[in-house]
Amino acid sequence: MSLTVSQKIIAEHSGLKSVEPGDIIKAKIDIAMAPDLTAVLAYNAMVEMGVKQVWDKSKVVFLNDHIAPATNVQNATLHKQCREIAKVEGFTFFYDINVGVCHQVLPERGHVWPGMILVGADSHTCTHGAFGAFATGVGSTDMGAVLATGKLWFKVPETIRVEVNGVLPEWVAPKDVVLKTAGELGADGATYMAIEFGGETIRSMSIAGRMTLCNMAVEMGGKTGIVEPDRVTDAFLKDRVRNKYKIIKSDSSAEYVKKLEIDASALVPQIACPHAVDNVKPVTEVAGTKVDQVFIGSCTNGRLEDLEAAAKILRGKRISRDVRLMVTPSSFEVYDAANAKGIIKTLMDAGGVVCNPSCGACFGGNNGVIAPGEVSLSTSNRNFRGRQGSTEGFVYLCSPATTAASALSGVISDPREVK
Amino acid sequence: MNIKGKAWNYGDNINTDFMLPGKYLELTDPKELAKHAMEGIDPTFAKKLENGDIIVGGKNMGLGSSREHAPLALKYSGVGAVVAESFARIFYRNAFNVGLAAIECPGISRKAKTGDDIEIDTTAGILTVNGEKLKIKPLPEFMVQLLNEGGLVPYLRIHMREW
Repeated sequence: MSLTVSQKIIAEHSGLKSVEPGDIIKAKIDIAMAPDLTAVLAYNAMVEMGVKQVWDKSKVVFLNDHIAPATNVQNATLHKQCREIAKVEGFTFFYDINVGVCHQVLPERGHVWPGMILVGADSHTCTHGAFGAFATGVGSTDMGAVLATGKLWFKVPETIRVEVNGVLPEWVAPKDVVLKTAGELGADGATYMAIEFGGETIRSMSIAGRMTLCNMAVEMGGKTGIVEPDRVTDAFLKDRVRNKYKIIKSDSSAEYVKKLEIDASALVPQIACPHAVDNVKPVTEVAGTKVDQVFIGSCTNGRLEDLEAAAKILRGKRISRDVRLMVTPSSFEVYDAANAKGIIKTLMDAGGVVCNPSCGACFGGNNGVIAPGEVSLSTSNRNFRGRQGSTEGFVYLCSPATTAASALSGVISDPREVK
Repeated sequence: MNIKGKAWNYGDNINTDFMLPGKYLELTDPKELAKHAMEGIDPTFAKKLENGDIIVGGKNMGLGSSREHAPLALKYSGVGAVVAESFARIFYRNAFNVGLAAIECPGISRKAKTGDDIEIDTTAGILTVNGEKLKIKPLPEFMVQLLNEGGLVPYLRIHMREW
């Protein structure tokens, strides 16, 4: 029988030879991740279930990242509780405010590998499908059950195959591919499904780009995004993952519930307009719209190549005096590498404010919230009304290059037209 | 199980930021969360709501973040159930896990206006609004058990060995 990579991983983790979409199974979890804002709730749920210790202290990863450093007594207290839990439980891994955003840190520190099942108490856990893992976001009580038992029930998802072929034109990025996908499939077009990205464009795409694609699977309702692992995956994981892993791919005759084809060579910069992730248009259609804040960062687009793309446009130039440029590298590893390459200085010289790695700016937590009537142009993943501060604000989502081009002009601008 | 209450219809794509804005994620006490229920779309909801009232939505109810704060805020503010044309995956699971019924009922978002009386009979699979009977999608046995036992925490306290 022909299976998708997601079916194979789930079957292997539930002790079954084969699983069909719609089957409800119980699977073993390889890694359970919880960040500051949800970890304490999850741990409390575990304790309330009558369990005193997590099932395996080397397989649980807690992080203080969502609001970092703490901005008030309440979130400082949450951070403190996370630290205490990690210490009392003796977790092998705990990442405090000086490491980075969960979805960047997990692969950097070797907690992600092909063929694994990873659950995280954060919806963007689907990011890790970029490594050929089955990775999905869960709530705190589900996470509590995982902490207690190392297992969780799943409904086996159907899979949508997004086939991308052709070479991306200059200044057109993986973000444009996934925004195009969201526009085509819709914000509920993949509800309960896996989105498998494949094709020659994906095979030649960097890990960072693949992470951007998989990151936004949940914005289409997806349970996970996934890319079949290959040499690019191995090269990234080589010095990071210590355990052995198996390369699992979809069978060539695997069944997909839907196929979407994208011609990368014909793609132009895309933008998701307020207030829905699937309200996607070519950037040219809204070019000229005034912008107040530009945000480059998040688990979607805060990696080295994202900052590099922005720096390439901003080098030696100065942003519009009417725009605030906020930058948060996704992790300290990224921050350090960007610093070594002179990217941080370029962004600062252009007038940017470079903040420490944190999730804050993406969801209106810290590091730049917007006022009523303001427009934010953001490389993050959600543009719901009120997402980045005022409910009377407007959030647009686009690539790092588009944000940088727009920071220069003060209005939404096509990066292909920057002189 | 029978659930009765007045409808609050908010339409399609009610995301978890609407149900509980990100700035309150640092709260862990459900009673505190309840004060901000639906604040992102209706700032006075928590004050207007009467115990047992039912939130009605269109398609893709609960899209967005995995924050369990959202269904917790609804539950502790007194919401009796959430009924929609369709649900986003994580919210759907989270709702049952905290013991809040999430009911899929095709046609509900056009039939129920805010203020209408709704009655849900989960056993019979029928929702009644303004005297009209609509079919609800049957719940898997496991979900019904979760609701009856008050959510995943009390469920696992009893059934840990079978998990």
